[in-house]
Amino acid sequence: MNTQWETVIGLEIHAQLATKSKIFSGASTAYGAEPNTQACAVDLGLPGVLPVLNEEAVRMAVIFGMAIEAHIAPYSVFARKNYFYPDLPKGYQISQMELPIVGVGHLDIDVDGVVKRIGITRAHLEEDAGKSLHGNFHGLTGIDLNRAGTPLLEIVSEPEMSSAKEAVAYMRKMHELVRYLGICDGNMQEGSFRCDANVSVRPKGQKEFGTRAEIKNINSFKFVEKAINHEIERQIEVIENGGAVVQETRLYDSVKDETRSMRSKEEANDYRYFPDPDLLPVLIDEDFKAQIKAQLPELPQAKKQRFKDDYALDEENATLLTSSRPLADYFETVVKESGCEAKMCANWMTGDLLAALNKADLEITDSPVGHERLAGLLKRISDDTISGKIAKQVFEELWQSTATADEIIEAKGLKQITDTGAIEAIIDKIIADNQDQVEQYRSGKDKVFGFFVGQVMKEMQGKANPGEVNKMLKEKLK
Amino acid sequence: MSLTADDVKKIAHLARLGIEEQDVVSYAKDLSGMLDLMTRMSDLDTDGVEPMAHPMDQVQRLRADVVTEQDNREKFQAIAPQVEAGLYLVPKVIE
Repeated sequence: MNTQWETVIGLEIHAQLATKSKIFSGASTAYGAEPNTQACAVDLGLPGVLPVLNEEAVRMAVIFGMAIEAHIAPYSVFARKNYFYPDLPKGYQISQMELPIVGVGHLDIDVDGVVKRIGITRAHLEEDAGKSLHGNFHGLTGIDLNRAGTPLLEIVSEPEMSSAKEAVAYMRKMHELVRYLGICDGNMQEGSFRCDANVSVRPKGQKEFGTRAEIKNINSFKFVEKAINHEIERQIEVIENGGAVVQETRLYDSVKDETRSMRSKEEANDYRYFPDPDLLPVLIDEDFKAQIKAQLPELPQAKKQRFKDDYALDEENATLLTSSRPLADYFETVVKESGCEAKMCANWMTGDLLAALNKADLEITDSPVGHERLAGLLKRISDDTISGKIAKQVFEELWQSTATADEIIEAKGLKQITDTGAIEAIIDKIIADNQDQVEQYRSGKDKVFGFFVGQVMKEMQGKANPGEVNKMLKEKLK
Repeated sequence: MSLTADDVKKIAHLARLGIEEQDVVSYAKDLSGMLDLMTRMSDLDTDGVEPMAHPMDQVQRLRADVVTEQDNREKFQAIAPQVEAGLYLVPKVIE
């Protein structure tokens, strides 16, 4: 009864490619047009039409492949996936089965500060289907084929995520990446970015996977987490009650917050794929790849390496700061504006700033402390106006107000005391008041030294330069 | 390889083909014959032969990403069995 369960999750993400025209026809892909005004003879699957592949869709798939450091197939083939549904007029979807355009790659996700590499099995090009509308049509179904033929990139992950949290992190990271690359607008409300999750559970330590269920219809980050968690609970309950999980497709109902079995599509998985005779193999040569590579923005991986090389950041900070483009931009701006050591900027960002943002559930783009004000604070640390400890206090003030670091330091009198005369007077007083400890120190109890530092700092309300205090104390206690 | 009557019925259903019960046996025999031919081919030694993805020894031409199609909804819907509010109407697909 007390079995520990382990979850295995794999995601299939459909990203709509941001082309102007469809993958196999010259019809527009613009969202929101009057029904069927952007569905041409090719999209309708009328007899005698011939699909011709959109170069931009191929280019975008290759860009994506390069970004996940995947093998780009030099030779790639389209296949027909056969099934009958009225929003698919041809009776088959043009997709890729063997020889997909993008091969094995990977994506690094970050969950609670820990980086995990998720394998990507493949990514392939395919066409989207139309839309079925079940409104008031005298017992009939209305079909809008504007979306039919819109290019999709289906990105299939390895079953390597072990919690809903990881699945969300992966989905977010992928969402960020496709927008970063400019190949998908990422609009989830309009269905430009959607995901199916394959979920199974198994007793902890078991090697074989449990039977999986596929959850469809997930179009928000919130739902992916809820839907998966719900499905995990359901499967564990089924097994603990002596039942067995059935391999099936389940639909997530966001209103009831539950998944339910879709009417088992008869022989749903018997798609009888075969190479599409209407389309010739796609050849991606070195020239084509070189052209794309030249136009590629700096990829997250390369940015990370540059941060390590140029800013001397360690692996952890470099990973964290390049996890999103806005975060990386913020960092580079702070370094430039403050003129401070990059490592210090990085530590402040990954430490205090990110902790505060996490706590407030905010993204860097919504940070109450902008790069100018953080740079202003860091400047005052590096020119010794304030100590690192006082800086934390100033940071809290920055977070709460709109004042600059200089204004806060001035108003609260937080300037570090560099007047050695003032420090000396206090040291002398502490020594005079604590003769016992002085004796102990002089007889070899080194530990007592910390006591003196503490007393001096307390007396000076933390505003003394710790290095200076140490040096002077050592001298005086000799 | 030999197909059973049930295999034939399943294949027909997947392809949405209406076949007569009396013809099932002969379909099974004919289709099995075709599969036997495939089996004979797979007995051939194909080591070093590159798999053929398409009988034409050419590669796919790509088209520029330009919208070239006009709205021809009226023409297309004129030949559709039933339309309403710009939609094609079909028998209900969910209950």
